[in-house]
Amino acid sequence: MWSLLTVQLLNGLVLGMIYALAAAGLTLIFGMLDIPNFAHGAFYALGAYLAYTVAEKSGSVALAFVLAPIAVGVLGLAVDTFFLRRLARAGHVYQILFTLGAVLVIQETIVLLWGADSLSVDVPSYFAGGVEVGLVLFPYYRLFLVAVGALTIAAVWLALERTRYGAIIRAGIEDPDMVSCLGIDVARLFMVVFGLGVALAGLAGALIVPVRGGQPAMGTQLTGLSFVVVVIGGMGSFAGAVAGGLLVGVTQALMTVFYPPASQVGVFAAMAAVLLVRPQGLFGIR
Amino acid sequence: MLRLDDVHSGYGQSQVLKGISLELADGQVAALLGRNGAGKSTTVKTIMGLVPPRRGAVLLEGRRIDGLPPSRISRLGVAYVPEQRRIFSYLTVRENLSIAERPQSAWSVARLCEMFPRLAALMRQRAGTLSGGEQQMLAIARALATGPRLLLLDEPSQGLAPSIVDAVVDSIAEMRSGGLSILLVEQNLEVALDLADSVYLIDQGNIVFSGSGRELRMRADLQARYLGVET
Ligand SMILES: Nc1ncnc2c1ncn2[C@@H]1O[C@H](COP(=O)(O)OP(=O)(O)OP(=O)(O)O)[C@@H](O)[C@H]1O
Ligand SMILES: [Mg+2]
Repeated sequence: MWSLLTVQLLNGLVLGMIYALAAAGLTLIFGMLDIPNFAHGAFYALGAYLAYTVAEKSGSVALAFVLAPIAVGVLGLAVDTFFLRRLARAGHVYQILFTLGAVLVIQETIVLLWGADSLSVDVPSYFAGGVEVGLVLFPYYRLFLVAVGALTIAAVWLALERTRYGAIIRAGIEDPDMVSCLGIDVARLFMVVFGLGVALAGLAGALIVPVRGGQPAMGTQLTGLSFVVVVIGGMGSFAGAVAGGLLVGVTQALMTVFYPPASQVGVFAAMAAVLLVRPQGLFGIR
Repeated sequence: MLRLDDVHSGYGQSQVLKGISLELADGQVAALLGRNGAGKSTTVKTIMGLVPPRRGAVLLEGRRIDGLPPSRISRLGVAYVPEQRRIFSYLTVRENLSIAERPQSAWSVARLCEMFPRLAALMRQRAGTLSGGEQQMLAIARALATGPRLLLLDEPSQGLAPSIVDAVVDSIAEMRSGGLSILLVEQNLEVALDLADSVYLIDQGNIVFSGSGRELRMRADLQARYLGVET
């Protein structure tokens, strides 16, 4: 029983790290740009498929983990520049409709390029095996996933908290007009933030492929969960998104042990519980 | 330095400024006075580009700046200290200044620390934890850090204790002697008359008086009618 619990706790950490990465990206986009990016999960799916292809073609998994998020981020820059920024003048509703439409475009593109069937991917050979936890084997790859997620989150956090550019981004979350009055081109700043936000979703997708494979609609559920995590953590709070992501992942994994039917509902129960105690979310600033 | 020519602007359906014209000479302080809701803040926001003018022209050193975004206007040398101060409360005092600072600015963070010793002691503190007076100093220091030629100050004395108002007035006088042109919005008549070379009275989106501080000081009728000063 204890080894099973430990393994589930570790699995929760894996899942939580994926949620934390995706929600960290979404909290930047939603909290600062005020764009409810319903295509967030679609960028995650794209990251997954791109990573698969890069790994396949180059034979290097490491390259896949680097290139796929960058490609997703660059696509994000373009989407923001050519669509979202122009639509901002037309109003938020159009931005929401656009991101909903983008989901369909990205999903259908995936079907066209990779087919409608699920991808199944083997764990890269040099990650074969695992650590023994009691009677259960916990795959090395999952530990690697947790480490990469943690390092990425730490790096982004340091950049946000310790650099001038990060301070500008945090200021922009609080009061974009005032940032503009200091001579900073907020539109360009927003573009970079959007790119960074979806790149984090792309990285989450790239990391999950060897665990769960890929499906064209794999991001649908993640989009909803990311919004839940952002709300739990507090709008615009990076630390909140990370803590919320881990909390939701672990909750889900433990629910699977104790009462499987509740593993989805449990997430929303967790959200309700947090919001009852702290309406602004765990680390909410507004 | 600055000229407004028949400027109209407002929010959505409501027309607030109905043809504002005013002029501010290089290195001078002009005060903009008026009752609550007269359109003082809207005038300043329109100059800064936060509210786009619907008609008329805003000229900075002869160059039209109306229609430009605030970031461009800031780069042309205009800085803004808003009424609600709008410091970034989740950033430290130093971060508030460093994101505004420009390399060519005459007001480096080091010089600002000399000018506002109270801020210097609070550099690592989160700006949201500062007192009202300290936040006002930070808002002024942040504006100066961009190295402006024209400063727009919206009610810097509002809600501050008298001793702190004096400190703010001193800092404005120091900025003026440093050659900065200042458009000062005030409700506090004494503060305005102390500092201003020229005065504009605004009422319901129109300029109803312009002249020197001395003239306005003698016109009790105007003070009573447009500022609600008891006579
Ligand atoms: N963001 C806004 N949206 C809509 N109307 C506004 C907005 N800001 C101000 N107004 C309206 O515009 C008019 C002028 O407001 P403004 O803030 O310019 O006045 P003010 O002279 O600065 O007054 P105060 O002394 O109270 O600061 C008021 O009637 C106000 O209600
Ligand atoms: Mg005002």
